[in-house]
Amino acid sequence: MELILASWGMVPETLQSLLIIIVKIVVIVVPIMLSVAYLTLAERKVIGYMQVRIGPNRVGPRGLLQPIADGLKLALKEIIIPTKANHFLFIVAPMLALAPALAAWAVIPFDDGMVLADINAGLLYVLALTSLSVYGIIIAGWASNSKYAYLGAIRSAAQVVAYEIAMGFALVGVLLAAGSMNLGDIVRAQEGSVLHWFWLPLLPLFLVYFISGVAETNRAPFDVSEGESEIVAGFHVEYSGMTFALFFLAEYANMILIAALSAIMFAGGWLSPFAGIPVIEAMFAWVPGIVWLLAKMSFFLFLFLWFRATFPRYRYDQIMRLGWKVFIPVTIVWLLVVAAAVMAQLGPWFD
Amino acid sequence: MKAIQFYLKSFLLWELLRGLHLTGKYFFARKITVQYPEEKTPQSNRFRGKHALRRYANGEERCIACKLCEAVCPAMAITIEAEPRDDGSRRTTRYDIDLFKCIYCGFCEEACPVDAIVETREFEYVFDQRGQNIMTKDLLLQHGDKNEQQIAADRAQDAPYR
Repeated sequence: MELILASWGMVPETLQSLLIIIVKIVVIVVPIMLSVAYLTLAERKVIGYMQVRIGPNRVGPRGLLQPIADGLKLALKEIIIPTKANHFLFIVAPMLALAPALAAWAVIPFDDGMVLADINAGLLYVLALTSLSVYGIIIAGWASNSKYAYLGAIRSAAQVVAYEIAMGFALVGVLLAAGSMNLGDIVRAQEGSVLHWFWLPLLPLFLVYFISGVAETNRAPFDVSEGESEIVAGFHVEYSGMTFALFFLAEYANMILIAALSAIMFAGGWLSPFAGIPVIEAMFAWVPGIVWLLAKMSFFLFLFLWFRATFPRYRYDQIMRLGWKVFIPVTIVWLLVVAAAVMAQLGPWFD
Repeated sequence: MKAIQFYLKSFLLWELLRGLHLTGKYFFARKITVQYPEEKTPQSNRFRGKHALRRYANGEERCIACKLCEAVCPAMAITIEAEPRDDGSRRTTRYDIDLFKCIYCGFCEEACPVDAIVETREFEYVFDQRGQNIMTKDLLLQHGDKNEQQIAADRAQDAPYR
């Protein structure tokens, strides 16, 4: 132990901080990758259960090794690059899709003070990175040199532009209510009880944010960029093997990210749902905050899967109508309401 | 009034919640998956699987080479050649069923006047070599001999309805 400490002291200062940052990144990214793997299994199980099936159960006990088998299969498959595709962009696109989904985790507070980068513009950073992930899809669609991939990319671009605005406005509501762009401060502004969380005063914004999040991650019922029945598989028709696996990882990592953001901005992040209730609060006081955050994220992820099992895909013009003509007006009107409530210091949220 | 009701309903996501309620209910429903190699669904006695040629109790083959099955077969999967045997009775020298062509409609069985060609409950078979898809007369008779008890029991059960 002393030897380790001694040799640690020998390492130069800058290298030390660099190593610490790298370890922190690994500590965040590895669990995310694991949860992505098991989210795919959970999805197949949940959708199976809703269709009165039992889902995968052959690999390992109760199918628990299925994601590993899937990953192994994809890793061993050949990466096919179509002739006349743009080689450089074709390979870069999947990485561009995955990187922002992982980078955004830097500012997510897992518990009070448990955050990789406690920056003040956290909300802006998240907004910027979630919009970046669409570039992966657009570049993939263009670089594939395929009609279907291109159509999928165009659809995705138009859809993301429409929903990005509503999503941004919903976040402005959070900003108004919390008075800060630091995600940790946003959670602290929700302290009190379940009723103090922002889901109640910002209910329309919460719904708009979550539905836009579903649209942003190209999940059913907004998965027109894949649209199996119309454009085969959309932007990733030409991808195989690990390149395809990266898109898959990106989609699920984005889902987890949206779930985490919804939990932090509208459902009190790491705060206990039993706060403010006399006896039960003390009974659950020993539970660490990260458990509450994970529980809330699991709930939102379950909603993603539940939606996919329930709703048929939207028609394209309906998606556009919903985005531009319903969500944007609703959010703007509710922004005015929130602004008025903040000015009036309406209790119990804004006093 | 109607319009207000409509907007209220769509803004409260009423129909979407009803859909979620339905799938939520089925989430907890009893699952109906049959885990195939370990569990199997019950089979009808009229099940139409792999074919067989039957014999009479004294060991004489039933088929009299009338070629009605060959004629009725919609997929033209049956090929029959026939000659008189030494004792003067008419028998097939060749009776081939191409299982790739066969659509398992059961017409051959219906057409047969002596209940010689039948379809059995056997459905788990594969071919890993070219030519294995052709059921020759020998194979058909062999299959019939092996499953005669089951075949006879199935016909007896179905007899009241014919």
